[in-house]
Amino acid sequence: MSQTWAVVSLVGVITIAIKGFGPMLLGGKPLPPRITAVVTLLAPALLAALVAVNTLGGDRELVIDARLPGVLAAGVAIWLRAPVLIVVIGAALVTAGVRAAAG
Amino acid sequence: MSDAARNERSHRDGIRAVAALAVAVVGFGVSFGVLARAAGMGSAAPIVMSMTTFAGSAQFAAASILSVGGTVASAVTAAVLLNARYGPIGVSVAPSLTGSGSSRFLHAQLTVDETWAVAAEGEGRFNPKVLLGAGVTLYLAWVGGTVLGVAFGDVIGDPSRWGLDAAFPALFLSLLIPQLRDRRAIGAAALGAGIALALTPFTPAGVPIVAASAGCLLGLRAEAGTGDEEEPRA
Repeated sequence: MSQTWAVVSLVGVITIAIKGFGPMLLGGKPLPPRITAVVTLLAPALLAALVAVNTLGGDRELVIDARLPGVLAAGVAIWLRAPVLIVVIGAALVTAGVRAAAG
Repeated sequence: MSDAARNERSHRDGIRAVAALAVAVVGFGVSFGVLARAAGMGSAAPIVMSMTTFAGSAQFAAASILSVGGTVASAVTAAVLLNARYGPIGVSVAPSLTGSGSSRFLHAQLTVDETWAVAAEGEGRFNPKVLLGAGVTLYLAWVGGTVLGVAFGDVIGDPSRWGLDAAFPALFLSLLIPQLRDRRAIGAAALGAGIALALTPFTPAGVPIVAASAGCLLGLRAEAGTGDEEEPRA
């Protein structure tokens, strides 16, 4: 049990420090232009990585499973300019359906 | 969305932007509560962890390592690696947070992948009101889901049966596409996804996402192919 609390408190404190670092030290001040140019591209780089890893990532392997058709359906819905709500629910329904069909 | 509408986005827009996802977050909160109890973490510790860490993947990693008898050091290391991306993410939102120290601290703690992504307004700007509205919504969903999971987990079952694991990449995709406005953004996205997929088989979880942030270093290069060469080349 004390092991559990050691993990909970260490992870909590370190995560709070990681999240707080930028905004507490640099908050409200514009970054130098070159840094801004880099940080602007952080959004597409990280979002694309999050899409890729959450769709194809397994436990130290790449896997193709029911998540992929769900995310492809989301891509089609986005292309048809569906609202985000429909995109997200549609992806979950397609993935759940494929999983159910696969037994 | 027009630029004028963007500037006027409020807390409520933040809530609306993550409303669908909040359902999935409750589902994952439940499954974290169930897994953490099964891992022998008891009832209070999982809830405290959700309240303080507020980062799903890191909490799942820590609980699953404890459940197989892993050491404190390995559980903490895995969780910290998974949360390392919040370093650069925090730096990216910092210029948009103009409030007092305590306000910046609150916004920083509510900055997770989903809230950061919906608060993005392009050109490196973030809307603090959207961040706060979305952050409080997902925080309540995550902590509430954890409480439900600890209390009644066995009844609810596995959220992947409901396809909730596809909801996250779907949301990220819908937030990514509008960001792909120019060749540099497309290049950074391709590089980020490529790095993350290439590293996934070889590194602990979390490392691929952190390494993918290197895709933004394309920003050091002047705009390619437009003849706009004002910035010096790296």
